[in-house]
Amino acid sequence: MSIGIAVLLASGLCYAIKMAGYLLPHEWLEHPEISRLAARITVAMLAALVAIQLLGQGRTLTVDERVPAVAVAAVLLWRRAPFVVVVISAAVVAALLRML
Amino acid sequence: MSSPPAGQDAAGPTSPADRRPVLRQAISVAVASGTYGISFGALSVASGLDLVQTMALSLLMFTGGSQFAFVGVLAAGGAGGTAAATAGLLGLRNGFYGLQMAPLLATRGWRRPVAAQLTIDESTAVGVAQSRLDLTRFGFWATGLSVFVLWNSATLAGAVIGDALGDPRRYGLDAAAAAAFLALVWPRLRPRLSKLVAAGAAVLATVLIPRAPAGVPVLAAVLVALAAHPLDRP
Repeated sequence: MSIGIAVLLASGLCYAIKMAGYLLPHEWLEHPEISRLAARITVAMLAALVAIQLLGQGRTLTVDERVPAVAVAAVLLWRRAPFVVVVISAAVVAALLRML
Repeated sequence: MSSPPAGQDAAGPTSPADRRPVLRQAISVAVASGTYGISFGALSVASGLDLVQTMALSLLMFTGGSQFAFVGVLAAGGAGGTAAATAGLLGLRNGFYGLQMAPLLATRGWRRPVAAQLTIDESTAVGVAQSRLDLTRFGFWATGLSVFVLWNSATLAGAVIGDALGDPRRYGLDAAAAAAFLALVWPRLRPRLSKLVAAGAAVLATVLIPRAPAGVPVLAAVLVALAAHPLDRP
């Protein structure tokens, strides 16, 4: 599948999900169980993405400058820093360590 | 999150004074998401998407977490279908936001498909935070539209800058992506079970990185969420 087709397919899928919330009968989805499961899926996938961006290099595991950079990001999040400060600080830490 | 009771808009017409704080809220949320859009644009071109594909994601997909995940899976060498499945699963929550917003917005005609596209974390959060139905509607639309404009302009800026920068690792953009996902998951970790699910999913993904095709470690995280479900007691 080309990247262009994947972009359109994925965008269509995400839009269909949004629209389903407006069109589907409420009884189908309104169970608190199901909405808690959806929230849980979001948490699990985002956590997996953190691990992959942190340690993955294609299909190998690599510990590099990203680890201290994300540690700094975690401290900033704990200190309630805004999103952009967290992301830029991580980039700056990794970039500086790579310059050394 | 509590929904404003229906009929409270009988309190009278919305005055500009009532709207001003809601508008301020909407714009500050949009500015924050704009800064995040710059990193998305830069990461997307660094992942091998061109400018048109990057902009198509922000205009058509328009849900940040899914967009980051989509380009992340492709950057790791994952297949297009895997990237699309990942984006869709991460976007499932928007369907539940729509379910919550539909009776509040009571949209008709062409407004409904537009409202659906604008149904994201930010617009839903600002909408349901209001205490009156008219302000809920105003907050949803004001936030959705201003995030849409700023998110897309920021993506364009980020993609152009990212293209000019060259090797993304030199500027720590790979670390920025990890930090972005961490920042997205952080506020969702408050319940103890969520912390366990996150830890389990991260460990499983790490174990699977060298063993499974790219993208599969993210999809496998869904299994952790399903396995934790029976433990969930409100």
